[in-house]
Amino acid sequence: MQEQKATREAYGQALLELGRRRNDVVVLDADLSKSTRTSLFAAEFPLRFFNLGIAEADMMGTAAGLAASGYIPFASTFGVFATGRAYDQIRNSIAYPRLNVKIVATHTGVTVGEDGASHQALEDIALMRVLPNMTVVVPADAHQTAQAVAAVAAYDGPVYLRLGRPKVPAVIPPEQPFHLGKGQLLRPGRDLTLVATGIMVGVALETAALLQAEGLEAAVLNIHTIKPLDGELLLEQAARTGAVVTAEEHSIYGGLGGAVAELLGENCPVPVLRVGVRDTFGQSGTPEELMQKYGLTAQDLLASARRAVERKGKA
Amino acid sequence: MNLLSQTDLELLSSKAVSLRRDILRMVYNAASGHPGGALSVIDILVLLYYKVMRVDPLNHADRERDRLVFSKGHACPALYAVLADRGFFPSAYLEQFRKIDSPLQGHPDMRKTPGVDFSTGSLGQGLSAANGMALAARLDGSPRRIYAVLGDGEIQEGQVWEAAMTSAHYRLDNLTAFLDYNGLQIDGWVREIKTLEPLAAKWRAFGWHVLECDGHDFSALLEAVYRARANRGAPTMIIARTIKGKGVPFMENRVEWHGTAPNREELARALAALE
Repeated sequence: MQEQKATREAYGQALLELGRRRNDVVVLDADLSKSTRTSLFAAEFPLRFFNLGIAEADMMGTAAGLAASGYIPFASTFGVFATGRAYDQIRNSIAYPRLNVKIVATHTGVTVGEDGASHQALEDIALMRVLPNMTVVVPADAHQTAQAVAAVAAYDGPVYLRLGRPKVPAVIPPEQPFHLGKGQLLRPGRDLTLVATGIMVGVALETAALLQAEGLEAAVLNIHTIKPLDGELLLEQAARTGAVVTAEEHSIYGGLGGAVAELLGENCPVPVLRVGVRDTFGQSGTPEELMQKYGLTAQDLLASARRAVERKGKA
Repeated sequence: MNLLSQTDLELLSSKAVSLRRDILRMVYNAASGHPGGALSVIDILVLLYYKVMRVDPLNHADRERDRLVFSKGHACPALYAVLADRGFFPSAYLEQFRKIDSPLQGHPDMRKTPGVDFSTGSLGQGLSAANGMALAARLDGSPRRIYAVLGDGEIQEGQVWEAAMTSAHYRLDNLTAFLDYNGLQIDGWVREIKTLEPLAAKWRAFGWHVLECDGHDFSALLEAVYRARANRGAPTMIIARTIKGKGVPFMENRVEWHGTAPNREELARALAALE
């Protein structure tokens, strides 16, 4: 049995480690610290932890004020409330003045599960990606989350870090280095490129194994940084394989698929098929049921991969 | 109690007149901007930047400086006029207000304008940032103080009240906020659009130390600042009763001058009233 760990759990632990190393790191939460796991930091560093109550807009503004004074604030809540409820605060008080605030959403996508559509952010990557100055990071597993926390703390500027609620398998070799803005070629292949982010990276690797059984060699890219996008790696792989399938636990609009389609449409027009949630809200259910319901399984990727290969050269 | 000498009072009053003239010229030059609220808030800024705040124009990024979050960002001609006069940037910048590629944007931009401590413009966001700055000062163990200036219409924004709870919860006695209570917002009288009253009682109920004074009386404003400084365990809100368009008779209490630039003839009349 493979090791399973939630990225939010890894975040809580990484934040605690960070807090021990740097006394300029402060943490804010909006009454969800047990869920976001910032409670670990709060227990050890109560003076550097600020619970703003159920007031996400105020939390973002307070974080901006702390950043303007030289601190490195990590502000956490669920993705819907971080990016939707407090959008104007992120836009005008954080992104526009390019303040060093790390917005960390621990519950995103359909795998939030039983809480249903009101709590399942499927548009958060899109909302954050269109803001100038914003960096958008979606780690693939727990270990990569720890690497990402260290990397975004070392980077001076606003970041949206998108994590998830459920336990997920380790999919990235721990020795693989993490660099903001640099994608990872996890598996080489000549027939098509699977481009994935977050929990879909593991699904893409699974799909590549299934494709191999059909005689198709799929390259697998982990795009953990959606902005700035690693255009060099994407263009190289798209040119080499001639077909691309993107995969994300997010709307097919405006997220990874949107970013990749924009890049390739302008620079390397090959077939790009997007796997993601197709312009609908989620609903209650278990994460596994919802991944099936909304077409986020290896079988869904497999079907898109076959279609992409069929369309090669006809784009 | 008279906290200001006659000389001080004359100095501040003459500054206020000359800065009012700068405000009018800036808005005229730009052919756009917000003269009414700039004229109502300028006396508060004059007091802060000439008598109260510890800031150094030559070292404007000093971590230990006092800070001002100018939450009613649209009234920035007042802020820019004061900052230029204090030497944060050349007064020639004032002619560039609202022009393309200018260091002086239509609403304050902390990355473009030396001396601007926080970017504002979207109303209701400044008090949260001021809270963050006050918490940072406390973490630093620093005696520096944080000031915030809010518009009256602005506090119809819900975030202001989220922030008001935060300031009180964290007992931010290093924070002093001013409310520029000129009674007018874009669409008309605040009391007719959505009343703020009972205003002082609201802030008190939110846990604030509340003072009220004439926002054009330097001695009264300074006394309020001293009382705010002496108060422990709670943030202070100074409700400053002001007159929109103050100093220019034909602009006073006229909502039309919220966001309209004077034409050449109106500018001349306005400047003549400020001699």
